[in-house]
Amino acid sequence: MIPEFGHYALILALCIAMVQGVLPLVGAHQGRREWLMLARPAAQTVFLLLAIAFLVLTWSFYVNDFSVLYVAEHSNSLLPVIYRLSAVWGGHEGSLLLWVFLMATWTFLVAQLSKSLDEFMVARVIGVLGLVITGLLLFVVATSNPFERLLPAAQDGRSLNPLLQDPGLIFHPPMLYMGYVGFSVAFAFAIASLLSGRLDAAWARWSRPWTTAAWVFLTLGIALGSWWAYYELGWGGWWFWDPVENASFIPWLVGTALLHSLSVTEKRGGFKSWTVLLAITAFSLSLLGTFLVRSGVLTSVHAFATDPARGVFILIFLVLVVGSSLVLYAWRAPKSTMGGKFSLTSRETFILLGNVFLVVAGASILLGTLYPLLIDALHLGKISVGPPYFNSVFVPIMSPLLVLMGIGPWTSWKGSNLVAVIKRLWIAALVAVSAAILIPMVMGEFTWLSSMGFLLAFWVIASGVMQIIRQAKAGKPTRSFMGMQVAHLGIAVFVIGVTMVGAYEEEKDVRMLPGETVSVGGYQIQLEGVKSVPGPNYKAVQGTFLLIKNGQVETTMYPEKRNYFSSTMPMTEAAIDVGLTRDIYVSLGEELEDKAWAVRVYYKPFVDWIWGGCLFMALGGLLAMSDKRYRMKLRKSTA
Amino acid sequence: MKAKFLIPLLLFVVLVGFLAVGLDRNPQDVPSPLIGKPAPAFELPQLADPKKSFSPESLKGQPWILNVWASWCAACRDEHPVLVELGKLKIAPLIGLDYKDKRDDGLLMLARFGDPYTLSVFDGNGRVGIDYGVYGVPETYVIDKTGIIRFKYTGPITMQILNQKIIPLIAELK
Repeated sequence: MIPEFGHYALILALCIAMVQGVLPLVGAHQGRREWLMLARPAAQTVFLLLAIAFLVLTWSFYVNDFSVLYVAEHSNSLLPVIYRLSAVWGGHEGSLLLWVFLMATWTFLVAQLSKSLDEFMVARVIGVLGLVITGLLLFVVATSNPFERLLPAAQDGRSLNPLLQDPGLIFHPPMLYMGYVGFSVAFAFAIASLLSGRLDAAWARWSRPWTTAAWVFLTLGIALGSWWAYYELGWGGWWFWDPVENASFIPWLVGTALLHSLSVTEKRGGFKSWTVLLAITAFSLSLLGTFLVRSGVLTSVHAFATDPARGVFILIFLVLVVGSSLVLYAWRAPKSTMGGKFSLTSRETFILLGNVFLVVAGASILLGTLYPLLIDALHLGKISVGPPYFNSVFVPIMSPLLVLMGIGPWTSWKGSNLVAVIKRLWIAALVAVSAAILIPMVMGEFTWLSSMGFLLAFWVIASGVMQIIRQAKAGKPTRSFMGMQVAHLGIAVFVIGVTMVGAYEEEKDVRMLPGETVSVGGYQIQLEGVKSVPGPNYKAVQGTFLLIKNGQVETTMYPEKRNYFSSTMPMTEAAIDVGLTRDIYVSLGEELEDKAWAVRVYYKPFVDWIWGGCLFMALGGLLAMSDKRYRMKLRKSTA
Repeated sequence: MKAKFLIPLLLFVVLVGFLAVGLDRNPQDVPSPLIGKPAPAFELPQLADPKKSFSPESLKGQPWILNVWASWCAACRDEHPVLVELGKLKIAPLIGLDYKDKRDDGLLMLARFGDPYTLSVFDGNGRVGIDYGVYGVPETYVIDKTGIIRFKYTGPITMQILNQKIIPLIAELK
């Protein structure tokens, strides 16, 4: 009975979402107060109903209700409770339900936190979000109902893909989706302002914290995914330029451009139509990402079951949402007024340049991702585009961006004395050049690429630190200033991690007998023995390795090879000794003859800085969001 | 309406065009060099009874379908209901090739989910699979009266592929 409640709540949510999508928009257009006042209660109801649906599905997983098809396909009575709960979003239907539920959550938050905003604007924003939710719910109800019954019930479930049975995967999808979906708020604000013809600074101030919040979630979501791939897939890499990864990274790049462009619109009233276009694009790319992942037009390691019927539906949805937004844009955006004038040496110029680099980077990744599809559609053959393309395109586009990042924050609006700025930055330049020469020498090998990486990273760090000191002397720096600096430092930390791993990692594939050692990165790793250990829903063979430095045993490592009962494909569970300046990564391969084992060891210098940098970026976003000028709004709205 | 504000819309229209075409094409649909060539001959023990063997020679004179499957392959379970439908139609012999599997696991899977096959052969070390160029399980081949491979599909077949490709092709080959 309980799953039917969920299904019923879902259908009811669809009906209310239609009300939320239509009446407030019509009401705002015709000036009918009683209709536009429906926006908030409708949004609250949809949120409540979807929360019920989501809880019901979670409950079905919790009690192992294998009469629900989706549960039978993605869970198993032997699965630990925590993975039963995260299995809710382990498949197509459930992750879509999560998508819609999170979207309703954002809408609910907008409804709650917008008390001080003009009623017409709120009605339009909530209305636009309602239309998008309606489309997604139609998709769920018509093609991907998670509450479909399996009668007679299965004896036991098929279980969750062992790859997904991992702590990193509990939080990765919700975080990522929060980010994806969060851009819908910026999108709705942009559409609402196009509809009302009020493209002004107030609109930008309002969408800024929301956009930053979405960006923070997306940053963390991508970082978690990358971290998971690093330790769970057992390949030792942290980014594979897989279509699904790209689908999340492209919106991130455009979202980053949007954050910066919004600041110009808020502070200077400039770039209005450009900002609106970025807001539309960021969300459209999130939808496109969903299309690419769910429709199976591209092959990917994220092998979800795909179904062409679903692809057609998402494509139609995409056309309706993005197409109508861009038509509206082409019609209304030309009416927006120009912002204040600015000179070539102004902060506006630097932000614009940065925007161009970010958007070009996003476009080239999009091109690389879709290229196999384009070639296939033109009947030119089947190809795949791999990391060499992405690396050779992405790095040169991002490098000038880092140079700009060191200068931009020093400039002022309208125009600044660039000569004075550059004079002040000679110390930063000196630090950067010395780092570029010294660090590769200390690490033992000089390459131009790594030297370049350190040059850029230390340029950003030195410039940032100098500016923080200067600002601190002049008075208490604002949170939004600190947020920007912390996020920029995060980029630098990330670049250091990437450069170090790229240039100085060591990898060895060896055949080992118990008692033998292999040395990597100044460490000796000794195989003690291999034994079998039981797990809750798998059997594993576990290796015991000693990590030795200078004759001293530092720690013991236990990589595993697991055989899950539900699948015959063995899973590699690498053992990683995490450190601030290096990771040691041991993974157990195949058993060879005579008790020998194939073993792969990596020495990964500074690899954790990659995700540490992402954490800094997210922290910077949080700081910027908590700035006083947004909180004042909040206080006013609660009063 | 100024022209430059239409540029994003135009780009989007082009993109949608490609996506629409892309939906119709399958990235797993890699053309097989074996199409139009004779199906590799083999002689393998049957899954249910290792004492009996089977060779495609015995099917000469009628079109037949070869489906490569394994108990360890999750996609094969997705495909299984479609095969059960196909088996019910009895339009042509449906031979299963249990690929790189354990005999007991294979039999268990058929016992649990139903056996759509006319018979299955057991290819434990995957030798025959290599001859057929199997690179992803499941794979499905349609072979004509004279033993020529006419169609190959990599990945789970859906009802749509069954109705639009396989059934018409068999009818034509008859």
